Amino acid sequence: MLRLQNISKTFNIGTINENNLFNNFSLTIREGDFVTIIGSNGAGKSSLLNIISGAMPQDNGNIFIKDRDVSLMEEYKRNKFIGRVFQNPALGTSPKMTLLENLAMAYNKGKKFNLTPGIQKKDIPYFKEVLSELSLGLEDRLDTKVGLLSGGQRQAVAILMATMTDPQILLLDEHTAALDPKTSDVILTLTEKIIREKGITTLMVTHNLKQAIEMGNRLIMLHRGEILLDCDGEEKAQLTMKKLLSYFEKANKDDLVSDQMLFSNIG
Amino acid sequence: MDFLINILEQGLIFGIMVLGVFITYKLLNFPDLSVDGTFPLGASITASALVLGINPWIATIFAFIGGAIGGAITGFLHVKLKITNLLSGILVMTGIYSINLRIMGKANIALFQQKTIFSSGVGVLLTLGIFVLVIKIILDLFLKTKLGFLLNAIGDNPVLVSSLGLDVGKVKFLGLALSNGLVAMSGSIMAQYQGFSDVGMGTGVIVMGLASIIIGEMIFKRIPFVLTTTIVLFGSILYKAITAIALRMGLPATDLRLITAIIVVAILSIYGRGIPLLWKRKVKGGAPLVATTKHI
Repeated sequence: MLRLQNISKTFNIGTINENNLFNNFSLTIREGDFVTIIGSNGAGKSSLLNIISGAMPQDNGNIFIKDRDVSLMEEYKRNKFIGRVFQNPALGTSPKMTLLENLAMAYNKGKKFNLTPGIQKKDIPYFKEVLSELSLGLEDRLDTKVGLLSGGQRQAVAILMATMTDPQILLLDEHTAALDPKTSDVILTLTEKIIREKGITTLMVTHNLKQAIEMGNRLIMLHRGEILLDCDGEEKAQLTMKKLLSYFEKANKDDLVSDQMLFSNIG
Repeated sequence: MDFLINILEQGLIFGIMVLGVFITYKLLNFPDLSVDGTFPLGASITASALVLGINPWIATIFAFIGGAIGGAITGFLHVKLKITNLLSGILVMTGIYSINLRIMGKANIALFQQKTIFSSGVGVLLTLGIFVLVIKIILDLFLKTKLGFLLNAIGDNPVLVSSLGLDVGKVKFLGLALSNGLVAMSGSIMAQYQGFSDVGMGTGVIVMGLASIIIGEMIFKRIPFVLTTTIVLFGSILYKAITAIALRMGLPATDLRLITAIIVVAILSIYGRGIPLLWKRKVKGGAPLVATTKHI
């Protein structure tokens, strides 16, 4: 489904800040996998997603999505089959447009954006239906500007929009990190539900170990651009917080600061 | 009475330009200075065409096309050559000055003998009223189409447009072309209205456009269910009224630009908190940069 082959990436090449992150990094994700990705700061979690989505070019190596080589494809072209939800809820929607307008745009993804009316009346019942599944009462606020919704509501709408046209891959970049714990839980439940129903191949970056253990069928731990742990199925089901932490400790024993930050973050 | 009619007429003519500036400034979030060049470009094209005996309506459409090309060049400089938005506009504005001189062959052309769109006998105000209304309605309808939605979304959140699998650059390109087309059309009608085209008539157009938008927003924003295009047109008429009153009070016409600048500064300083200060809009959440470089 998604194949990364010998990816290399170095930041600030030729300067004193040169920082080699990935060196011949390879990874294969199977169709329908729901992968949670963890790792301390600077491990390359976000860079990995950025390289897959094309937001950041790799120095070397190839990326295949469904056996199509997308290594040199521009970001917006890759976005035709990639759905993405960012940490910042503002990035998934257009705040000064209404909920209805936002959904209509997302629903039209992959089709032509031409001079036909932006809102097709026949789609409204469908929009109401998907919104009512969120149980946030948004189905009655179709004409509200999205900028007036709360961060959690916006993120829920963003997930809905990113998955509306069934992308081949869904990239979630700490998409609940900016939300309060309760809203975060609501969004995660929703995320899981949508992914399960649609069977979308998903990569989810998270800082929350509990989320990483509980969600998905596969877990990858990155450290400084390398895969430290990659487990799925039975092995993942038996993972405990304690085991994960011991891995972290091993990897980070020379990096006390991020270790402490990590411990303080366990929720 | 004549005084009021003049204000209304000029407000409507400039209104077309303000609709253009509204597209770049409000929708694309792109401070486009090329309008200072495309406004007289429209006038130059029309004047030369009228002298050649071309139908004034067709000459007006030529002006639109010329302006759109100008805007497209600004788009090309910004999108393809990665020149900053302000500088792209300034470069086009500067370059167009020479083009205007070439088109007209001299610094100004008088149009007293030529037939203009006002020669039909319907009356200046009525012609203008209908013309502006038609343009406004077409723009309103356009902004409700799928393509129009993209113009709306792009200044707000370019990441979203890219997420939809679309090229952000192309949408900007389109917006700039459309905007400058309207601005040139406004210049074309201005030349026909005042009976001459002058190479210097574009100076300060961007500031007049911004002043109109800001005045319109300040006064009419609280009224519900009014489209922004309507607000912007009222702003244009109001702006003309303010400057006309200032001139009536005895200020010489040569002070017009200074008056405009002072009006804009005054309004921004009074109202600055509620309204995005010139082109520094309020940051809503993080910029795209933050989304791609997060490491904390």
